[in-house]
Amino acid sequence: MANSNIQKTVIKLSVLSIVMFAFAIYVLPPIYDVFCEVTGLNGKGQTEAVTDKESPRVIDESRTIRVTFIATNNENMPWDFKPNDAVMYVHPGEVVDTSFYAKNTTDRPMVSRAIPSFVPSTSAAHFNKVQCFCFDNQPLEAGEEANMFLQFWVDPDLPKSIKDITASYTIFDITDASQDEQVSQR
Amino acid sequence: MAHGPAKGLGRWLFTTNHKDIGTMYLWFSFAMFILGGFFAMVIRAELFQPGMQIVEPEFFNQMTTMHGLVMVFGAIMPAFVGLANWMIPLMIGAPDMALPRMNNWSFWILPFAFLMLASTFFMEGGAPNFGWTFYAPLSTTYAPDTVTFFIFGVHIMGVSSIMGSINIIATVLNMRAPGMTLMKMPLFVWTWLITAFLLVAVMPVLAGAVTMMLMDIHFGTSFFDAAGGGDPVLFQHIFWFFGHPEVYIIILPGFGVVSAVIPAFSRKPLFGYSSMVYATAAIAFLSFIVWAHHMFTVGMPLAGELYFMYATMLIAVPTGVKVFNWITTMWRGSMTFETPMLFSIAFVILFTMGGFTGLMMSIAPSDIQYHDTYFIVAHFHYTMVAGAIFSLAAGVYYWLPKWTGRMYNEAMGKAQFWIAFIGFNLTFFPQHFVGLAGMPRRIPDYATQFADFNMLSSIGAFTFGLSQLLFLYNIISTIVAGKKVEVDKPWDGAEGLEWSVASPAPYHTFSTPPEVK
Repeated sequence: MANSNIQKTVIKLSVLSIVMFAFAIYVLPPIYDVFCEVTGLNGKGQTEAVTDKESPRVIDESRTIRVTFIATNNENMPWDFKPNDAVMYVHPGEVVDTSFYAKNTTDRPMVSRAIPSFVPSTSAAHFNKVQCFCFDNQPLEAGEEANMFLQFWVDPDLPKSIKDITASYTIFDITDASQDEQVSQR
Repeated sequence: MAHGPAKGLGRWLFTTNHKDIGTMYLWFSFAMFILGGFFAMVIRAELFQPGMQIVEPEFFNQMTTMHGLVMVFGAIMPAFVGLANWMIPLMIGAPDMALPRMNNWSFWILPFAFLMLASTFFMEGGAPNFGWTFYAPLSTTYAPDTVTFFIFGVHIMGVSSIMGSINIIATVLNMRAPGMTLMKMPLFVWTWLITAFLLVAVMPVLAGAVTMMLMDIHFGTSFFDAAGGGDPVLFQHIFWFFGHPEVYIIILPGFGVVSAVIPAFSRKPLFGYSSMVYATAAIAFLSFIVWAHHMFTVGMPLAGELYFMYATMLIAVPTGVKVFNWITTMWRGSMTFETPMLFSIAFVILFTMGGFTGLMMSIAPSDIQYHDTYFIVAHFHYTMVAGAIFSLAAGVYYWLPKWTGRMYNEAMGKAQFWIAFIGFNLTFFPQHFVGLAGMPRRIPDYATQFADFNMLSSIGAFTFGLSQLLFLYNIISTIVAGKKVEVDKPWDGAEGLEWSVASPAPYHTFSTPPEVK
């Protein structure tokens, strides 16, 4: 008597549970990434070069922002890794070049990837990277050293309260993962 | 037509009878409760004195992790499913659950999930040691290899919970006796209906989270690995999107039990029935939009902290409605204090205290001090032990005469209540103080200034553990040699269809639906 109703209830609920499973795997991570990229909330900042912002920028000479660069090695990463300019004073709008020094201290070729993080996290969205070594995997042969290039400008609409930006780059060993090509394309 | 249960082991393996399956759920959860309690005893024994005393730090981590996992997924949740199996068909006048064969399956896969989880103790690398919240990358990059068994264990118990919930919803929506409208259902049925919806919505999210862990560990994805473009904080968001509704999954059926027991022993109908229903639904809705209050320290922006802070505080409103309704039900009732009532009153008092510490932690700026200290340990044990476990004890004592046809030993029941009550408070009340003073959770050693309170805590924990053995003894001696209950309704104030069937409840009940006025 009530059997067809029970079947309908069961089908609806089964669909709901499958939808929630798919939601967790296929929807939550991408919207989280998009949300963080738009708002800069996770302190990561943009992961691709800024090209679409209008180029005649006003350089706001009335403000000077202190940008501190920090280099960190993740867990067992053996490379030497440090900023060539530990502290820079920049005006908002001004395009600045700097670089990080890296040396593969091991006797085998390795691939690294650097991930930036900004403090305060609200500054991340205003730290526009034109070129960054963090956009790509960085391979180095055994014993090879390199200066890895970073070009950026700080957005003039950086909130007035921010006078200091700390840009922290953590370098990860992804030698194993980069063998497998589909990795890091995510 | 009406035939009794099959003989021998086959009865339990192949049964589709809701009472048999409910009984198995309850015994299984009690076994898990003893196991998880044993882990807790190891933890408290190690923390009896400062310094490393009994176990290795690695093993201590396995103890805290497995204690949490076994208690949440093995003891509390299956125990409430057992109560639901036993009581929901009896309460709504249905002959059985809507999907009896699936019911059998959803129970029988559960022991295998926990067998897998517990077998990791005997493997190289040991059991999961990353805390019951299994934050990535601690549970992926840095985990022992046995984490894969943990992941599949969680998958299986998730499937079991989802099937159980679908069964409950299908039963409640389709199998009610004629005249049993939704707003006439006992509150226990209402709270379980809402809990089941929560389970169907969030257990798949948990399954998704562990599946992503599995892929990060074995298939080279980087959901939670910053090196590959993932984000560890994402794990926390997904986990707590499951985890916050989960805490209401644990407590809502307890609200239902207490809402049955308090009117029975106050000899008054439940005050504000419909407001109770709406409050339950409101709590369930709010549980989906407050998850990040578990993560105030990850570095959220001010707007996020404020939103999650205010939304969390809002939960106190429907919860307050419930607490005031229970108190008003007792007000000027002709109350008696049998064991189920004692547990229920203790539930109301202690759960409210747990709620207040919850409110304290909802305040984002002060939460930064409470975060990951023993204060949070005290908070969630006031809600989960004095909440879920006390309400379960109330329910078991209340319905035991109906299940077995025998009355438990009232003096022993009261003794067990008082030992448990004192033991519980002795264990967890001092943890508020050591937590506020900065003692971090999940650490096998502590600074010497916390020694006295920790010793008290440990003594309380051993007392509480003993009281549960007394509980077990009382239940077994009731089943074996309890005084026979001659009447259908051993509690004179009890209301509901479950008291209209014989004691003990016959194997088949309501083969013809009862009339509900």
